[in-house]
Amino acid sequence: MADNGGAAGNGAAGNRAAGNRAAGNGPTGRAGSALDIRDLAAGYGNVAVLDNVTIAAAAGTITAVLGANGAGKTTLLRTISGSVRARAGQIEIDGMSLVRRAPEEIARAGVAHVPEGQGVITELTVEENLRLGLLLRPRRERAAAIADAYQRFGVLGDRRRQAAGTLSGGERQILVIARALLSAPRVLLLDEPSLGLAPKIVAQVMDLIARLRDESGLTVVLVEQNARSALEIADKGVVLNLGRVVAESDAAELAADVGLRRHYLGF
Amino acid sequence: MTMLRHVAIAVACGALLLLLSYRLDLYRDLQFAEVAAEVGAVAGLTVLIGISGQISIGHGAFMAIGSYAAALLLLHQHWNIGYVIVASGLVAAAAGGIMGIAAARLRGPYLAGATLMLAVALPSLADKYQSVFGGDQGLSVSITPPAALGATFPLQRWFVWLSCAATLVLLVLLANLVRSRIGRSWRAVRDDEIAASLAGLNVARLQILAFVVSAACAGVSGTLYAMVTTIVTPDAFTLTLSIGLLTAAVLGGLGSLLGAVWGAAILVLAPPFLQDFATSHGFSSAVSSNVPIAAYGVVLIVVMLVFPAGIQGGLRRLLGPAAPVAAAPFSALRRHAPAREEKEEGTV
Amino acid sequence: MQEFIEFTLGGLASGIIYSAIALSLVLIWRGTRVLNYAQGGMAMFTTYVALTVINDTGGNYWLGFLAALAAGFALGAVLERGVVRPTVGKPPLNSVIVTIGILIFIEGLAGIIFYNGQSASFPPAYSIVSLKVGSIALGVSWNDVFTAAAVLAAAVLLAALFRYTTVGLRLRATAFNASVSRLLGVRVGRVLTLGWALAGLIGALAGVLVTPTTFLNPNSMDAIFVLGFTAAVIGGLDSPVGAIVGGLVLGVVLSYVGGYLSADLIELAGLAALVLVLMFRPSGLFAPTAVRRV
Repeated sequence: MADNGGAAGNGAAGNRAAGNRAAGNGPTGRAGSALDIRDLAAGYGNVAVLDNVTIAAAAGTITAVLGANGAGKTTLLRTISGSVRARAGQIEIDGMSLVRRAPEEIARAGVAHVPEGQGVITELTVEENLRLGLLLRPRRERAAAIADAYQRFGVLGDRRRQAAGTLSGGERQILVIARALLSAPRVLLLDEPSLGLAPKIVAQVMDLIARLRDESGLTVVLVEQNARSALEIADKGVVLNLGRVVAESDAAELAADVGLRRHYLGF
Repeated sequence: MTMLRHVAIAVACGALLLLLSYRLDLYRDLQFAEVAAEVGAVAGLTVLIGISGQISIGHGAFMAIGSYAAALLLLHQHWNIGYVIVASGLVAAAAGGIMGIAAARLRGPYLAGATLMLAVALPSLADKYQSVFGGDQGLSVSITPPAALGATFPLQRWFVWLSCAATLVLLVLLANLVRSRIGRSWRAVRDDEIAASLAGLNVARLQILAFVVSAACAGVSGTLYAMVTTIVTPDAFTLTLSIGLLTAAVLGGLGSLLGAVWGAAILVLAPPFLQDFATSHGFSSAVSSNVPIAAYGVVLIVVMLVFPAGIQGGLRRLLGPAAPVAAAPFSALRRHAPAREEKEEGTV
Repeated sequence: MQEFIEFTLGGLASGIIYSAIALSLVLIWRGTRVLNYAQGGMAMFTTYVALTVINDTGGNYWLGFLAALAAGFALGAVLERGVVRPTVGKPPLNSVIVTIGILIFIEGLAGIIFYNGQSASFPPAYSIVSLKVGSIALGVSWNDVFTAAAVLAAAVLLAALFRYTTVGLRLRATAFNASVSRLLGVRVGRVLTLGWALAGLIGALAGVLVTPTTFLNPNSMDAIFVLGFTAAVIGGLDSPVGAIVGGLVLGVVLSYVGGYLSADLIELAGLAALVLVLMFRPSGLFAPTAVRRV
């Protein structure tokens, strides 16, 4: 699936999501939601980072957000999850507005944000990190969910009593993704999941993301420097440049657009 | 150029104060002298915190060192008062150097804890070595106006002159220091220690120097304070004094020398005023002596929450066009204990 | 030998109080990176509350005891919410000044409400007569035993709360990394308020336990706070275990200095202990080995 996911396109992804919603299984226990971003503006202090950004991510799809350093990709995710305040525009999941809500309330509404690099709480054990993800789940579901996570991510089960700070970069990345999934999100925001990982592990992580969409219809917004591998699994690609959307289309089309690739994506 | 300007301003202020000292009655003169005496310590502290970015909540200890040094020199050596002021400032500076060496290794609350403990521990030396420091009775400090001023010249006015003169000299020196290369280096260290050391500044040495300068100011201030109160006792240097100095520096506006003057004035003048106010409104003496304390606490909290640049910052905002200057000293201490949230901000 | 036992046990008995104060400071420091200079003043105030309740109920010590704990819990929560929260994200000096402001205000307020110009005495829970084994006086009383047991029980309960409950997990996660905790849906604001409330409770406990030996007035907790702070700094402000050990070590050292050398040297010995520890371990004895702040 992972290899031809890019070619599958929006329609196919939508179908998959619909099928899964009916089945209602998979690791997260609930299906994804549509994420709508309209005319969004955000920034830090006097610096405007995002301007007039409009992105529509259909339920059960992967949207790759691409662009050079400083294009505003991380800020986009932070604005969605409430760490950065939106100055204008609207963000909705399934029609419910997220703008001007605190990060913890947005997380409770079903948006899981996996921040770049530092998402692991190094002082806590692996299991405690995972249990943090479970706090939003009903008590009776927790034991089964964590057992499921250990089965799915064997490496975490082996190290559940270790401080998370002792994990390698790749293991940490898996830990934060697993933790985000345990909260049963409707929308998963992933910031540079491949950063600093060996190519083989990057492939595994990408494969995992694609599987999550396929199995449980999760909606994923994936920010990546590594545009090539992101577009391979994405349904849709959005290219940001200096805080504005300069291209938005089917992932396969983006990957095929040589000029755009050269100019913005560097491959 | 700045040196000349500062001296000119100081001379003008001195002339004004001289006139003022003749207009006030003797009790007011005494209060006036006390304010002038405290200004030095507050100014030294405001430079230490606001410019060099280090904290001390035990600065009263350096005032105590200056006071005792002055009292001992006057008692046993009978030096001229001018020499005594300089010498006791130097003694306090030496103590500041020792504290500074420790301080250069410590950060945030660890530094605060060490200075706090210093302020608590030091006065107990006076009890331990009673034969030298006079124990609880303390040492008396008596000076007389020079004969040239005439036999009827009031002592209180002489206190005002001495305190104002010494404090003006201190302020001129501080003002120049703050604007010199050393002052700029202090600010660089305050704003970003790592960047400053990468730029070739000797961070530890600069931090120690800040403690030395600040302690010297407190020492001189302690000397003046001892003269004005005519006695040095351990009771004068409780934690309350140290906290008072800190709050005066904050109220005035950290890093601002003029603010130190406002702060010291409030520190000395506000409590008796508030107490009189409470007494005249029918509170018993036990209660009314606590009214200024409670009010002080409220003012401190409110100022910090609503007016964090202090009085001088507020004045600047009212009078001048550029407000950011007033807020600048505060970016200072940000390095000591970075709030977790801030860590991720700004990386776009 | 008799002296040694007496000084050691007596030192532990006073040290456990420093431990309690230190523990309350560590609770707040870990959660909010705020050093609560008002902790001693808060404990003094809640002890006055206890005394008032005891007097109004015709001498019911335990009602007063519980009232102090409840008052400490509430006071911590109210102060965090009301005046400390606005300093979050500002330079650390702001919170230093605000908590010093709280201290001064509380002391003034206690002076206005409770103080009539004379220190009050506060009853102990149990006998304060020194225990003896045979003819050897131990230097501690049943009340000291109760004090130690109460503080240790509180510490164990806290540890269990932190270790085994989801509330504890939230508290720890927030302390270590608030922004990540937020992203995981932890309502950080409430967690911080709870941290302050718990610290207020521990501080109140220390106040009620220590005051029978010190008398009660608006400044009666100042010296104890300074030593508790010293204990926390010695132990390392990030370490609850360090707080307990730091308090006990400090108590014993000061007791030896006071007993064998001179009572005048106690404060100086505290300073010396602090300086010695910080010279070799600038972040305290129990500083975490993995440095996470850059």
